Amino acid sequence: MISLRRTRAMARKEFLHIFRDPRSLVMALAIPVIMLLLFGYALSLDVERVPTMVYDVERSVQSRELIAAFRGSRYFEVADVVSSYVPIDRAINRGEILIAIVIPSDYSRQLLRGGTAKLQVLVDGSDSNTASLAIAYAQGVIATQSARLQLRFADARGAGPLRVPVDVQSRVWYNSDLKSKNFIIPGLIAVILQVIAALLTSLTIAREWELGNMELLLSTPLRPTELVLGKMAAFFAIGAADAVIAVLLGRFAFGVPLRGSLLLLALAVFVFLFGSLCWGLLISALARNQLLAYQVGLITSFLPSFLLSGFIYSIENMPAVVQAVTYIVPSRYFIVALKGIFLKGIGLPLLWPQLLLLSLYAAIVFAVASKRLNQKLVSK
Amino acid sequence: MMGLNWERIAEIVRKEFRQVLRDPRLRTVLIVPPIVQSIIFGFAVNMDVEHSRIGWFDGDRSVQSRELRAAFEGSPSFVVSRVLESDREAERLLDRGEVMAIVRVMPGFGADVMRGETANVQLLVDGANSNTASIVQEYGRRAVGIYSANVRDRQKNQRALARTQGKGAPLSMDLPSLHMETRVWFNENLISRNYFVPGVVVNIIALVTLMLTALAIVREKEIGTMEQLIVTPIQPMELMLGKTIPFALVGLFQTAMLTLVARVLFHVPVRGSLLLLFGSALLFLLTTLGAGLYISTVSRTQQQAMMSTFFFFFPALLLSGFAFPIASMPLPVQWLTFLNPVRYFMEIVRGVFLKGLGFAELWPQMLAMAVLGVTVIAVSAQRFHKRLD
Repeated sequence: MISLRRTRAMARKEFLHIFRDPRSLVMALAIPVIMLLLFGYALSLDVERVPTMVYDVERSVQSRELIAAFRGSRYFEVADVVSSYVPIDRAINRGEILIAIVIPSDYSRQLLRGGTAKLQVLVDGSDSNTASLAIAYAQGVIATQSARLQLRFADARGAGPLRVPVDVQSRVWYNSDLKSKNFIIPGLIAVILQVIAALLTSLTIAREWELGNMELLLSTPLRPTELVLGKMAAFFAIGAADAVIAVLLGRFAFGVPLRGSLLLLALAVFVFLFGSLCWGLLISALARNQLLAYQVGLITSFLPSFLLSGFIYSIENMPAVVQAVTYIVPSRYFIVALKGIFLKGIGLPLLWPQLLLLSLYAAIVFAVASKRLNQKLVSK
Repeated sequence: MMGLNWERIAEIVRKEFRQVLRDPRLRTVLIVPPIVQSIIFGFAVNMDVEHSRIGWFDGDRSVQSRELRAAFEGSPSFVVSRVLESDREAERLLDRGEVMAIVRVMPGFGADVMRGETANVQLLVDGANSNTASIVQEYGRRAVGIYSANVRDRQKNQRALARTQGKGAPLSMDLPSLHMETRVWFNENLISRNYFVPGVVVNIIALVTLMLTALAIVREKEIGTMEQLIVTPIQPMELMLGKTIPFALVGLFQTAMLTLVARVLFHVPVRGSLLLLFGSALLFLLTTLGAGLYISTVSRTQQQAMMSTFFFFFPALLLSGFAFPIASMPLPVQWLTFLNPVRYFMEIVRGVFLKGLGFAELWPQMLAMAVLGVTVIAVSAQRFHKRLD
């Protein structure tokens, strides 16, 4: 049976370790703050103020009106109106502008005749995501201007008010201002917990091996399960503190809505953190080398939680094989739960499958970690 | 550089290599994770929005509402995956994330179109992922716009017909319109991986060289072999060179390997000069090796060194324009990125790969890296000396 006393002694030793190394402790608590600041304040996938250049070949009242329409849009920042392709070429090469609009020499003539004026739009496509958004926004500005011109044209010809046959009213749910931080910050909690778990636990047992302490531990009556639980207690405390910091900062400093139940959130964090720490310990027990353990830890927990979990990049868009892989990434389920609780305010009736899978994962990894450690100890 | 004994340096280099390459698992770590990372970024990171699943609620059930649905189904951006029976299902579908958006056609839609009134369509979008939502919204408007234009053409024809039949309908006329022709440069088909895979090259060599340098030195301290090294005739400068040269070579090797992977496996174009790429890589390595050296002087244990590495590396990577455009950052943060060597190398690598830029365009970035690199190396070398003495 597990001895509570021995487990507690192990936990106390780990706590002592942590408190004797205040710098690591401070970093363990500062990493989430830095990540939140980065994602909450500095980084954004929202495309606004796209640096734009206009080559106005015609220079007429009409062309200036179009430029004004671009100037008036919050998506574009017209840096310069130029009079040849040369500066456009140079600026796109240097990455100074992303998009250039060329207004043809027959622009106003076509419009006055009721014809179609062809605008040329040149785009730096290197960053395909930003480029697609910029193209979509440019189409929006041009379509609006086109509608305005038609209205005026019909009015001037005395054809009476012109109606748009079909109009769209769009409503955005859950994140009505379409701020990327509102969907990034809830998911970020999963990434933070994985990073902390990997940074802290993957080293701990490997370090005991490297320094030769494992043999000492082996000669004590300490059992593998007790070792795992004892080691975990201290890291669990740090991870939980990180989660609290992240939720508080996200809610109050960055104003991310928290619509669901706090209790459910705590439960999800608890289960996920436990599983992640067990995974770190398992790696640590297998690797026995801190450098190796750290690398494997980052590759198997941090990277998937960042890239394969739906944190930023939506799983739907991935190829089928990669989508299949994401089913074994625990963060995937945790992030669905986090976004659901934060943004949609949904509860256990919808989220129980996620919580169940996370619990299952935690239980399996815990069992395997204890067992592997047991075998290692015996075989030594 | 006077009193350096190159033989002793070579000896340390050899020892470091042996230490890293002796363990087959460590050898694997230098090769497999970089390739795995390129594969994930190459195949998984796809921000293009295609075939978004939408739900369809038709409260009108008219010819016109079916035509509108055909306009959505004809667009490659949408797949109508659910047809809602009642309005109440909308909330459940969006809550579960089964559809990205729901189009609601309310009763009276067809009649409005027939009468020539403005008919309204509602589009409910799941905004949880703001980026995808903006694109879906824009595509939705476009699909409706196409249908709207069709309706207008039809109305125009009817009026023209009515007029020829002498019923005095309003005069038909051609309305002016704007048409946009888009030409995309450098990444003509807007493929995400052409942007991300070159970024992975930067990411990997930064992390690996930074970490290996920091850990190699701290490991000696933690195990206690540093004292032994100090009592040998090896001088601090020699020790420093011996500890950094192997990792510089590892970095160059990985650059070559990942360039090959990008070219062969992902067909990312390499339009510029490879010589320029490797020359810039050397300048970049000055900064990462210097930073690794610095971390080693302030860390006692490998754990501290790893956490410090992460602390430095993570913000540097995210503020480099790797995945988040610098232009979207607040201005003070944009200024801060000028101190970030990763930013410059990212621009160079993408410039060489995608844009085929040369020295004429890229010298400012190279200069900035050289200045940063020399500064970092000088500061770290001084600290390293002091620590050893």
